[in-house]
Amino acid sequence: MYVAVKGGERAIDNAHRLLGAKRRGDPAVPELSVAQIGEQLALAVDRVMAEGSLFDRDLAALAIKQARGDLIEAIFLVRAYRTTLSRFGHSEPVDTGAMDISRRISATFKDLPGGQVLGPTFDYTHRLIDFSLMSEGPVEPPATAAPSGEASPRVASLLSGEGLIEKAPPVSDEEAVGDLTRDPLAFPAARDLRLQNLARGDEGYLLALAYSTQRGYGRTHPFVGEIRVGEVEVEFFAEELGFAAPLGRVELTECEMVNQFKGSAEAPPQFTTGYGLVFGQSERKAMSMALVDRALRAEELGEDLTAPAQDQEFVLSHSDNVQATGFVEHLKLPHYVDFQSELGLVRMLRAEHRAAAEAREIAETRKAAE
Amino acid sequence: MSQATGYNFAYLDEQTKRMIRRAILKAIAIPGYQTPFASREMPMPYGWGTGGVQVTAAILGPDDVLKVIDQGSDDTTNAVSIRKFFEKTAGVATTTRTAEATIIQTRHRIPETSLGAHQVLVYQVPIPEPLRFLEPRETETRKMHALAEYGLMHVKLYEDIARHGHIATTYAYPVKVAGRYLMDPSPTPKFDNPKMHRSPALQLFGAGREKRIYAVPPYTEVVSLDFDDHPFEINRFDRPCALCGAGDVYLDEVILDDGGRRMFVCSDTDYCEARRAEGHRGEMSGQAPAIGAAP
Repeated sequence: MYVAVKGGERAIDNAHRLLGAKRRGDPAVPELSVAQIGEQLALAVDRVMAEGSLFDRDLAALAIKQARGDLIEAIFLVRAYRTTLSRFGHSEPVDTGAMDISRRISATFKDLPGGQVLGPTFDYTHRLIDFSLMSEGPVEPPATAAPSGEASPRVASLLSGEGLIEKAPPVSDEEAVGDLTRDPLAFPAARDLRLQNLARGDEGYLLALAYSTQRGYGRTHPFVGEIRVGEVEVEFFAEELGFAAPLGRVELTECEMVNQFKGSAEAPPQFTTGYGLVFGQSERKAMSMALVDRALRAEELGEDLTAPAQDQEFVLSHSDNVQATGFVEHLKLPHYVDFQSELGLVRMLRAEHRAAAEAREIAETRKAAE
Repeated sequence: MSQATGYNFAYLDEQTKRMIRRAILKAIAIPGYQTPFASREMPMPYGWGTGGVQVTAAILGPDDVLKVIDQGSDDTTNAVSIRKFFEKTAGVATTTRTAEATIIQTRHRIPETSLGAHQVLVYQVPIPEPLRFLEPRETETRKMHALAEYGLMHVKLYEDIARHGHIATTYAYPVKVAGRYLMDPSPTPKFDNPKMHRSPALQLFGAGREKRIYAVPPYTEVVSLDFDDHPFEINRFDRPCALCGAGDVYLDEVILDDGGRRMFVCSDTDYCEARRAEGHRGEMSGQAPAIGAAP
């Protein structure tokens, strides 16, 4: 027998208590430490930092622990924390050309100044499950070499001398860079805001969109000009000091995609670029971002807009997984009231449908009798 | 109720509240217009009331009395969660009684008890754009609002009539505010639409994920779209509430067994309880435990 329900509050409390116990799992198994997550699930931590838009390894690792390994939930935790932090300014642009490189590859040149550096990568591993990892054991220490000291300029800058590759648009100090988190996104969005949106966008979503451009939905003829992974210095210009002071270092993955371009009414034949930049090591995300960035430049370059990946309202409005998961999962909330009004409507329409069918049947019987 | 440490009153920092208040003032100045605002990530998911929560947080003062309802009920899980959030972060008094509240945050219903000029009704809005399902592009719908070009909606309603004999929109039924802007009343059943018209209470609408705030100032014209030969009608129920006997209210259908037995009860639980406390009885109220008994 239904009585106007009470007890929702206690049910919620108990559900959360159960969640806490489930998160811990079997108490006979040692508890996972935040340091272990930070060290051994480092790429998960990278993803949470990138899509959470906050570079803090410990916080991201803690969020992963709290979220039971659900990375989108962890990203959400980081975002909700980030939004409460006070904002005292923005850093100087980081110089990725001066990056401390741990990995750097180019698919367009066999060798180039600074060389190809493979670094830690899953590429060329055979994806065979390594059963020896079932037990703990020592690992072989990595091989080391002294740094060459040779500079590794970005590939795009190597080609730009000939005018073969488009020049990066000049940056003016007057034109402030937009801030997606402080102003609601309006369309059409300029490239600064588009890149911000993609940088915090869902990796899986960007991957699928990027893949669609390769399969012909807005083809961009891409080559990996360069992918580089490593640490860069972050500097902050403090008015009271009068110079830029170093704040610390962040690990970044940068991808410059070089795209063949036959030219259009607006632009001469040349190579154009798509750009990807992500916290931590995530080549998949940086490459996807670069492909989607290039696809979104279709209008600027005078290309036909035919594919989803070229449609900025579509791409940018649905890239945020915190928004997407919230809205999809809100369908779990009660909808009794709306459903009730639809029930009433469908019942009425069905009754009318039945009445019409009966009337038709009577008319037909009568006609047959006549 | 102890307040959460480390957070500002009502969670949001004062700068953010100021930004939201500016958007609210603009929204009130242009009734029915969707004002963009820099919506923040909140500690609850998008789509679960973040817009309403931000509006409430921005207008809430220490002396306010807050009521939170979802589907008309104070005790649905999300209403409980949001009420607790403000108890924890603002330490304000909360109530379930409509008449006692100064701010009522709601999802999908307007209380049955008429609201007064001292009250603010804050709606949680999932999709603020009434034209969204007719035109998915924001660039287009903004143009349509700017030109007051609402023919598309009339065509949609006309096609409903041509196809079904009725307007087949039962909730989120479009309204025109102050003779100018087409507005989505949020997914309230159309039963509640007439309550918005010339309401003495200020009505604020917050859509967090879509980053929009809109408003209906007190005593503003809110007209549900219709045609001369197909006037707007509210949903009607062919029986009164089984617990309190109220006949002019919105009812929830509760399935009692797998043999098709069901009962209809007030969706507004506070209204139902108040009526029963006054001695009103419905056909099944004899079988119900007294108010306040353990569930």
